[in-house]
Amino acid sequence: MEQFHKLPGIGPKTAQRLTYYLVRMPKDEARLLAEAVLAVKERIVFCSQCYNITESNPCVLCADPGRDQARICVVEEAMDVLALERTGAYKGLYHVLHGVISPMNGIGPDDLRIQPLLGRLKGGAVQEIILATNPNLEGEATSMYIHRLISPLGVKVTRPARGLPVGGDLEYADEVTLGRAIEGRQEF
Amino acid sequence: MARPRIYKTQGVVLRQMPLGEADRILTLFTPDMGKLRAVARGVRRTKSRMGGHLEPLTHVSVSVAHGKALDTIAEAETIHSFRGLREDLGRVSRAIYVAELVDGFSAEHSPSPNVYRLLLEALHRLQEPSGSGQLIRYFEVQLLRQSGFGPELLRCVECRSDIEPGDHLFSSAKGGVLCQRCRPQSGEALLPLSLNGMKVLRYLQREEYAKAATLTVPQALGDELERVLGSYTRYVLDRELKSAEFMHLVTPGRSRRATGARRG
Repeated sequence: MEQFHKLPGIGPKTAQRLTYYLVRMPKDEARLLAEAVLAVKERIVFCSQCYNITESNPCVLCADPGRDQARICVVEEAMDVLALERTGAYKGLYHVLHGVISPMNGIGPDDLRIQPLLGRLKGGAVQEIILATNPNLEGEATSMYIHRLISPLGVKVTRPARGLPVGGDLEYADEVTLGRAIEGRQEF
Repeated sequence: MARPRIYKTQGVVLRQMPLGEADRILTLFTPDMGKLRAVARGVRRTKSRMGGHLEPLTHVSVSVAHGKALDTIAEAETIHSFRGLREDLGRVSRAIYVAELVDGFSAEHSPSPNVYRLLLEALHRLQEPSGSGQLIRYFEVQLLRQSGFGPELLRCVECRSDIEPGDHLFSSAKGGVLCQRCRPQSGEALLPLSLNGMKVLRYLQREEYAKAATLTVPQALGDELERVLGSYTRYVLDRELKSAEFMHLVTPGRSRRATGARRG
């Protein structure tokens, strides 16, 4: 029960419920679950190119010749790759930083995978870097920092657009979001 | 219990920590309650109504509900977003440093309206594109002063005699300048403080922000002041500030000497 409680989003009640469920679970199913948990720890590695989490190295995205090799989208976490992949709108490669510059929480640029990213740009095959860090203070600072490092290399650097979320409410938008949404407006 | 369920205040968001799935724990600095830690629910979701209003370095007006362990933010509206700070790496690194200093020097439920005013003014002034002059040094000196650690610059911290004009040594442990006679008695690490350096520090201690903003000093003197104040704040807070390191990293034209001495 305590082991479940350690997981993110699991409170004491949920931990109880899960434990009780395990007690009643058929042994075969329990074994599958146990093996899956172990497999995560044993088989999952970081891709040597993009640092995404993967079972094969290089990962399926880096190994896919159909993907646009001239574009790299830089994200904070592996979960962000999944989110972008779900959109189906991006066909390039990724680079996972595994964190964000956050001086107040003791995380500096050296704690992220920024150097390997610069290494990937050396070959000259990459034409565009999309800095898709989170649109908050730390994400912005990280992007500005990476931009500064990349700009001497002459690679085009872009950022995803800022604006109003689908299903959102204009009235509640903060002034930065609303300001950028108006600045970046598009013709109907 | 007679206390109202929800109270209103304003403050500057100093820092945030993720909590659970979509929440954050925020540290705000308020004029009437000092540092305030509160939970902001759901703010990491894209559609959060409050999210954009509760970014670090935002001046915000909030309604807060009393909670068992931590209070919860019920409503938030931006007073000033300091957008000019966020869009420049050098400026944002200085603002983060300022916020980390306030975080370090302040305590929860210990109001300090002077520090609050100092912080707000610093954030406003750091936005201005015209170089920051000695703003960061001014902020350090004033924050130390308001927190009861103002450096002693008029009398020797050892023998209390008046400081004569000349080059001196600064003792972080004693929080001030040592006169020339007291030098050898002290075994602790001391930093050189030139006569001009001491004059600038005295000036920063008694003047207004506006004066500090226009004050320019030669690079070597700037480095000296940075070393003295950096070492002193580190001594008082008893820790390294990552934001100071980051500020150095992104501020162009910093001499290696200043960075090296900071670590040494």
